[in-house]
Amino acid sequence: MTSLAETGMPRVTALREAQERSRRLLILLLGGGVAVAAIAELMIGPARISIPEALAALIPWGGPDSQATEIVQAIRVPRMILGLFVGATLGVCGAALQGLFRNPLADPGIIGVSSGGVLGAALMIVLGKALAPGFLTMTGPYALPVAAFIGSTAAIAAVYGLSRLTGVSTGSSLILAGIAINAIVGGILGYLSFVAFDDQLRELIFWQLGSLGRITWDNLPPAIALMGCSSVLMLRLAPALNTYLLGEREAVHLGVNVQAMKRNVIVLAALGVGSAVAVSGLIGFVGLAAPHIIRLFIGADHRAVLPGSALLGALLIVAADLIARTAAAPAELPIGVLTSLLGGPFFIWLLMRHRRELF
Amino acid sequence: MTGMTMTRRAVPAALLFVMAALSPAASFAQDTAQRVVTLGSDVTEIVYALGEGKRLAGRDSTSTYPEEANALPAVGYFRQLGAEGVLSLKPDLILATTQAGPPEALKQIAGAGVKIVAMPENFSPEGVVGKVELIAGALGVPEKGAKLAAELRQKFEAAKTQIGSMPDKPKVLFIIAAAGGAPLAAGTHTGADALVSLAGGQNVFADHTGYKPVSLEATAAAGPEAIAMMATTLENMGGMSGVTDNPALRLTPAAKSKRVVAREGSYMLAFGPRLPEAMVDFARAIRGEEKK
Repeated sequence: MTSLAETGMPRVTALREAQERSRRLLILLLGGGVAVAAIAELMIGPARISIPEALAALIPWGGPDSQATEIVQAIRVPRMILGLFVGATLGVCGAALQGLFRNPLADPGIIGVSSGGVLGAALMIVLGKALAPGFLTMTGPYALPVAAFIGSTAAIAAVYGLSRLTGVSTGSSLILAGIAINAIVGGILGYLSFVAFDDQLRELIFWQLGSLGRITWDNLPPAIALMGCSSVLMLRLAPALNTYLLGEREAVHLGVNVQAMKRNVIVLAALGVGSAVAVSGLIGFVGLAAPHIIRLFIGADHRAVLPGSALLGALLIVAADLIARTAAAPAELPIGVLTSLLGGPFFIWLLMRHRRELF
Repeated sequence: MTGMTMTRRAVPAALLFVMAALSPAASFAQDTAQRVVTLGSDVTEIVYALGEGKRLAGRDSTSTYPEEANALPAVGYFRQLGAEGVLSLKPDLILATTQAGPPEALKQIAGAGVKIVAMPENFSPEGVVGKVELIAGALGVPEKGAKLAAELRQKFEAAKTQIGSMPDKPKVLFIIAAAGGAPLAAGTHTGADALVSLAGGQNVFADHTGYKPVSLEATAAAGPEAIAMMATTLENMGGMSGVTDNPALRLTPAAKSKRVVAREGSYMLAFGPRLPEAMVDFARAIRGEEKK
């Protein structure tokens, strides 16, 4: 490394600068895209509200006293904010997990982290009242995110342990561990829906479909606080993840506290994905697709991949939600349907691309 | 236990009702509501039966009767509403079944100043009459409501007398779906169970609550003399041969005598104004006296 840098200094520097420029350009473009999508989410919807009306409604705690104001302030704004946070969190967590497992298929959905979150939330819905009535009233809107977080942590720890046990986290052992976790969670969810009452059953179905439509100003703050913490802290792990790309032993020799980094990625991913699942249910494939698309353009450097994935994730979710809200108006499509329809073909493409590494 | 869950559901609905009733604008809208959205096929049918169908601005996707209802914009399945989608129809009154939701969406709709009237859940003739009176009141046509209610009471009396004179109490299995071979059967506290008892039959799975998958053995052992389901379920199962070949149903007396009652779902289970006819029709069918 050093000798190369010394001998080919001007070329390397020029390359770096070019790379740096293209990175900045991409981040700028993505930022612009996110801003456009966010504004569109506020301006466009099934209710016909003119742009001046919608703009007037954006004056905080003000705006004309009309139904349009109420729709924009109570429905569109929290939904847009939630979309940005859920997308960014799924993007960052997907990218960090792929780095941690050094595996392109480590998506929160595929390796069971999301379904672990769903399981935690489902247990809270069906058994929470009976087993821990005090906990529910004490934690209020935090109860489901906390339960989802615990479920996600358990799932991610199990996947990590399993893939370590069966070999160094190679493609197939990680995916198999994920399938196992998803199968177990599916079984428990099946049992829960068997014993659930009718109204609880409806709750369970919501978690499995995914939607941003249930957000209100009451349950928004805890969710975005937890997702924001997770994403911001995860961004700080980028240098350590970069070194870890060289190999575990190499990272240790370069002074990275590998154990601490692994633990941090796992806890933060569980916290972020768990909170995202807790308010919006299962929204698949964004955590997988966003980091991959970013890497195609700007390489593997986590200092660029993590923020890039956050922006692209936010863009994808907000854009998908815009379609979900308007395509079947006045009815609403589940957003998970859209992301899976886009993400499924992408996953197939990914499999083809990586087939040599996988098989 | 079910009582508990029902109260839990009823409380937010009642709160919405009170909230909306307290606002002066809403009570003004009450008699003049011209853009009504109905959520639930029973509610839609009652509005049409009251002759107030022209005031509807939208309906949920299960409201497909009467025919005219299909021309209205559908806001999706009543359990998965989008607040803004409903509001985009500019409703001034929403008439909703108890099961409408999610609660967050209803809260947002009420927050935008739209009055929501929720129906209490009651699978009985009195429940139907109660809904008629409640809806007529909300639409500001109580006289029409009283008239329809009296008509319905009479029809229910006639239906009950007719069913009372029918022989025996046939054992009925009511299935909602038969995915993967194991039927999802109706237990107590379901509309299906209520219909079976109104028609003078006995539900073979009266020891279950809600809709539960039941085993092949349990179904065969229960020995239903009639199997009831929605017309779409029968279609999905592949018609009569799908029932007589189904491993879980094949051995039942009902399958052997091909006594399968398939009717349109909202006709049988909505508990709307067509219930008196549906009761008699169903009572005949489960005794093997097909009309057609």
